[in-house]
Amino acid sequence: MVIQEGTGELVGWYDPDENRRWVEANKPRDMTDKTMAIDEAVDKFVKDGDFLAMGGFGHVRVSMVAIYEMIRQRRKNLIMAGKTAVHDVDLLIGGGCVDRIEVAYAFAHELRGLSACGRRSVESGKVKVLGEISNAGYQWRFLAAAMGLPFMPSRSMLGTDTLDKSSAKVIEDPFSGKPICLIPACYPDVSFIHVPRCDIYGNCQIDGTMVEDFELARAARRLIITTEEIISNDEIRAKPWLTKIPFYNVDAVVLQKYGSHPCQMPMQYFFDEDHIGEWLVSGKTDEGVERYMEKYVHSVESFDEYIKVIGGEARMKELVEVENLSRPMTAPWMKKGGK
Amino acid sequence: MADYTSTELLACAASHVLEDKKSIFVGTGLPMIAAMLAQRTHAPGLLIVFEAGGIGPQVPVLPISVGDSRTVHRAIVASSMNECMSASQAGYIDFGFLGGAQIDMYGNLNTTVIGEHSNPKIRLPGSGGANDVGSLAQRTIIIMKQDRQKFVKKLDFLTTPGYLQGGESRDKAGLPSGTGPHRVISQYAIFDFEPISKRMRVYSLHPGVELATVLDNSDFEILPPTEIRITPAPTQEELAMLQKIDPVGMVIAKR
Repeated sequence: MVIQEGTGELVGWYDPDENRRWVEANKPRDMTDKTMAIDEAVDKFVKDGDFLAMGGFGHVRVSMVAIYEMIRQRRKNLIMAGKTAVHDVDLLIGGGCVDRIEVAYAFAHELRGLSACGRRSVESGKVKVLGEISNAGYQWRFLAAAMGLPFMPSRSMLGTDTLDKSSAKVIEDPFSGKPICLIPACYPDVSFIHVPRCDIYGNCQIDGTMVEDFELARAARRLIITTEEIISNDEIRAKPWLTKIPFYNVDAVVLQKYGSHPCQMPMQYFFDEDHIGEWLVSGKTDEGVERYMEKYVHSVESFDEYIKVIGGEARMKELVEVENLSRPMTAPWMKKGGK
Repeated sequence: MADYTSTELLACAASHVLEDKKSIFVGTGLPMIAAMLAQRTHAPGLLIVFEAGGIGPQVPVLPISVGDSRTVHRAIVASSMNECMSASQAGYIDFGFLGGAQIDMYGNLNTTVIGEHSNPKIRLPGSGGANDVGSLAQRTIIIMKQDRQKFVKKLDFLTTPGYLQGGESRDKAGLPSGTGPHRVISQYAIFDFEPISKRMRVYSLHPGVELATVLDNSDFEILPPTEIRITPAPTQEELAMLQKIDPVGMVIAKR
C-alpha cells in the first residue's frame, strides 16, 4: 500500500524489462576500439532534449571537455541530473543547453558561494526544477538502475518536503512494518565520466574517490569516457582489480589531457580558482555569460586550444604543484574573507 | 574579553561537541574546520567521513570541496558515496554536521528555497547530502548564525528532518529510531532539545552573552536552560591551530 507519493516529475525511469531489452540490443559485448574525438562523440550520442548526468562531483573530475563541446554544438532542452551538479550545470545553463533539472544539489559552488547564473535562471523561470531529491537518493536511483531493479528502498528523506517534491513513494515495509521510502531507478540517456586512464575499449581505472560513478556508469544508457591518458589492454589485464568501469558499459572513449580543467583532477591537477573566479563574476550578468562563452568556448576550436587560452602548460604546471601541496592555493573569491 | 571572532567561537564550540573515537560525517566549511580542530586537539581518534567517499583522512589543509583530493589525504579508504551513505544508514556514523538558511523549533532545516517552491524568491542549493545526514546519522549537530529570519516559526521548505512536528513524529515517519538533532550552535549559544516535546532549548550561553539576546533573536519561542552553563571560550592554542587548518583564510580570517 502506498502511504505517500512525491509530486516531483519522474524522469529517466524505464520498466526494468524494457531496459533489459534496450541493453541487449544496444550494448555490444565484444571489445572494439571506441576511440573518437569529442565533437564526434557529442554529435553521435547527445540529442536535444536528452536527460544528461555528468560524472565526478561538484568541481572534481568533471568532463569539462564534454561540457564545452555540448555548448559549442548548441545542444538544447537538456534535462540535467543535479547530483551535486555545480560548475557543469551552471555553464550548461549559461550556454543555453539545459532548461530542466532534478535537484539534489545545484546552484552553488560549495565554499565559493552561490551561483549567480544558475539561480537567476531558476528564479526567472527560464530553468524549471522538475523535482527535489537528496544526494544519497540520486545515487540510489543509479544503483537501482545498475542492479536492474525498479526502485531502491531507503530510510532517507522521510517526513520532509524534499520527499514531497521528489518522485519517490513511501510504503509500509512488509518486513518491519515501518514506513520506507522507495527511490525510483534512473537511467540517464547519456553520461560523460572523466577518468585518469583507460584502454581503447573503455576499461577504466579511477584514482581517488568514485563518488557515484560506479553506479552511474552502469545506469546510463550511453556512456562516454573522457580520459587523461590511454593505456594498453595489457596494463588493464595486469591489474584487473583496478578496473572500475568495464568496456561493455562504454560507448565512446575520448582522449583529452587536462580535460577536467578548471575542475580538479585528483592526484593530477588542482582547481583553477582564478578561472572559476572569472566565471563566478561573469555569471552575474547575461552579458558576462555571453563574453565568457565567446572567449572560452565559441571562439576556440578545440579543448587543446582552450588550454592555450587559459595559460597553457605553464599554468597547468602550477595547478599540478598546488595539487601536490608544493605550492599554496590562491583564489580571487577569497578576498571576500571566505563565504 | 578574549580576542576572537564569532566564526572562531563557532568552530571551537562545534569541535568541543565532538568526542574522540567517534565517527563524524562532515560538509563544506565550518563543519570541516571543527572536525579538523577536534582531530588535532582532544579527539585524535576522530573518524572523519566525507560524502564523496573519503573515509578516515588526516586532512592536511582545509578542502574547498567535500569531494576534493584533500579529503583522501592519508585516508583509510577512498570509497564512494554509496559506501558512506550506506554506512550512515547502517548506523556507523555517530555525528553529522549540518547548516541551513532557516531552522525551526524542532531542528528541521531549509536549504532549498526562500519563497514558493514553484516560484522562488531565492533558489538555494537543495538538500545535497544534508537530508541523508539529518535522516541517517545517529546524532546531528547544526551550526548556523542566529537571527529572526533564520530561526523561524515556519520553514519555507522542510529540506532536512530534525524532529519534524516534535514528540514521536520523527520515529513515526520511519526515520531510524533514536536519531535526530543533538546540538545547535549559534553565535550566541548552544542549544539542545527537550526530550519529550523535542523543542529547542538553551544549553549554554557563549561568554558575555545575555539570555535575553538569545531568546530575542528567534522568531519562535526557545525554551530556557535548566541550569546556567557558559560555553568555554576558544583558547590561544585553538586559535593558533585554526590558522594552520585554514592557512589562506577561506573561512577563518587571517590574524
